[in-house]
Amino acid sequence: MINLKNAKWNHYINYIVVAAVTIIFAILSLTGFLESSDKYLLEKIAIAITLAVSLSMVVGFLGELSLGHAGFMCIGAYLGGKAAVILEPMLGEWPALIVSLVIGGAVAAIFGIIIGLPALRLRGDYLAIVTLAFGEIVRSIFMNSSKESFGGSLGLDTPRFNKDILFIIAFVMVLATLAVTQNLIRSKHGRAITAIRDNEIAARATGIDVTKYKLLVFAISSFFAGIAGVLYSYSNFTVQSTKFSYNYSIEILVMVVLGGMGNINGAIIAATLITFLDVELQTILTGNLAVLQDLIYALILIVLVIYNNAPALKPFREKYNIKTFIGRFRPHNPSKHKDDEAKWDRVPTKIKMDEVLSVDLQVSSPYTPDKPGKEGK
Amino acid sequence: MSKIVLKTENLGISFGGLKAVQNLNLEIKERQLYGLVGPNGAGKTTVFNMITGVYKPTTGKFWLDGEDLTGKGQETINHKGIARTFQNIRLFNNMTVIRNVMVGLHNQPEFRCNVFTSIFRLPKHFKIERAMRDKAKKILDIVGLLDERNNLSCNLPYGKQRKLEIARALATNPKLLCLDEPAAGMNPHETEDLMKIVRRIRDEYNVTILLIEHDMKFVSGLCDEITVLNFGTSLVQGTPEVALNDPEVIKAYIGG
Repeated sequence: MINLKNAKWNHYINYIVVAAVTIIFAILSLTGFLESSDKYLLEKIAIAITLAVSLSMVVGFLGELSLGHAGFMCIGAYLGGKAAVILEPMLGEWPALIVSLVIGGAVAAIFGIIIGLPALRLRGDYLAIVTLAFGEIVRSIFMNSSKESFGGSLGLDTPRFNKDILFIIAFVMVLATLAVTQNLIRSKHGRAITAIRDNEIAARATGIDVTKYKLLVFAISSFFAGIAGVLYSYSNFTVQSTKFSYNYSIEILVMVVLGGMGNINGAIIAATLITFLDVELQTILTGNLAVLQDLIYALILIVLVIYNNAPALKPFREKYNIKTFIGRFRPHNPSKHKDDEAKWDRVPTKIKMDEVLSVDLQVSSPYTPDKPGKEGK
Repeated sequence: MSKIVLKTENLGISFGGLKAVQNLNLEIKERQLYGLVGPNGAGKTTVFNMITGVYKPTTGKFWLDGEDLTGKGQETINHKGIARTFQNIRLFNNMTVIRNVMVGLHNQPEFRCNVFTSIFRLPKHFKIERAMRDKAKKILDIVGLLDERNNLSCNLPYGKQRKLEIARALATNPKLLCLDEPAAGMNPHETEDLMKIVRRIRDEYNVTILLIEHDMKFVSGLCDEITVLNFGTSLVQGTPEVALNDPEVIKAYIGG
């Protein structure tokens, strides 16, 4: 039986839920129950989860603020899309998709390393500004490219792929992202990465190769952002550079922050929720009401963030969260970790205060220069 | 005559016009417990920062086991065998106690494995993780934190956090262990306990220990040899009894 209170199981839950969702919708899709708008929504959700999980590596686990995630996605979308356009007639549908995924990811990873280099010297807000600028530079380069190369401001048209299968591929990519991220974090390398986040000076003094791990995290994170970009280009049939503005980077960051820094389960839930909201608002509010889309979206975000963080709502949150809900059906069985904590609190103190004082006062050994004594002038 | 582990020659650093440390000559022999004492602002921690690579010395050189490490980076110096603790505790607060120590074990040759081994969860990954956990438990046992291993390090009381820092530094398998005020903030019982731990570490791991401390009872009870620093220069070197009774030293501490 899976015990939700035990943090050890959290990463398995991610695999189980994502795999279950994939299988259920794959069956529904192949038997023809899903409408094309549902498939579109599922693709969007899968892309958002990939982006959120990969960004949470940088923000949540390495502890660096990156505002250029859409830039890496942009590189993946354009280069992967272009590769697909070129390769499709030569290789056919499937090989072209796989090769373009690899190309989009790899090129984005190389740029991730390049952007990771200043990250070794810059901290916090300064790095955020550099990554922000990077995202905008990438976007404007593609926007001003010639029509033959990347389509310029008209955008790049990408090949079509069977929509019944594309979202399944996207969800397989989510599983791959989860596997790589979680396996990395839950290993000695992940410990080194979180050590850098917790205290970089101590990590250096403990012999952790900070340079190597920062570049590694940036490379892996941007690799999956690139893959998300390629999937995006397949999902939309066209790549428009306007999509990858810094607003989109912020949106990905919101998913990570809303899910809780360094919490992959949370990032997945937040990405799903936000994407669902975004797409649904776009379909519900049409015509004159379309102006309300952004307003309502923003209002819901504000409410969510307040609900998640306001101290006044803490009792309410504890009463109605999923863990207590599941706990209601199970006998009370505190985990080992909690037990240890409780024991630590209950250890009786061995020190008697008067003893401490008497020992302190008796210090009068002849060589005690830090106490003003007789031998002082 | 035992081997010299750390040797410094004319080691000095200045920040602008301020000469924080000048002409420091130390010779620390193998398995020695060496103390560095002095009034506040004498430059003790600056010496630590120089020999662990945080600062680059402006004059002089230092050698570890005959190898010149002057101006090397912190990571390199740690790999060569100098580990340290910090005056203001720097633990990995969001990790459990045992994981803090496992971070210390990260670079040990027997626990080497590349990133792909971990990502693809090859059998070697699990073998190494198990071995690291066992080794970390052994080290935690020495400092007496084995029962606390599953607690978050930020939840430990102050004295235990200091011990955990020592355990983490010890996990990097150093030749020279530098302890920056290990007994600060401890009550007499804990201090006594710490003295036993430091001796046990020296005996079981064959490390040389260099420590900064203000608690003179601790220093004189533990150290074989000390150097007294004042205004960045060394005043006296010798056994604690001799050095701490030196009139110059007493003058430095109480003025005159």
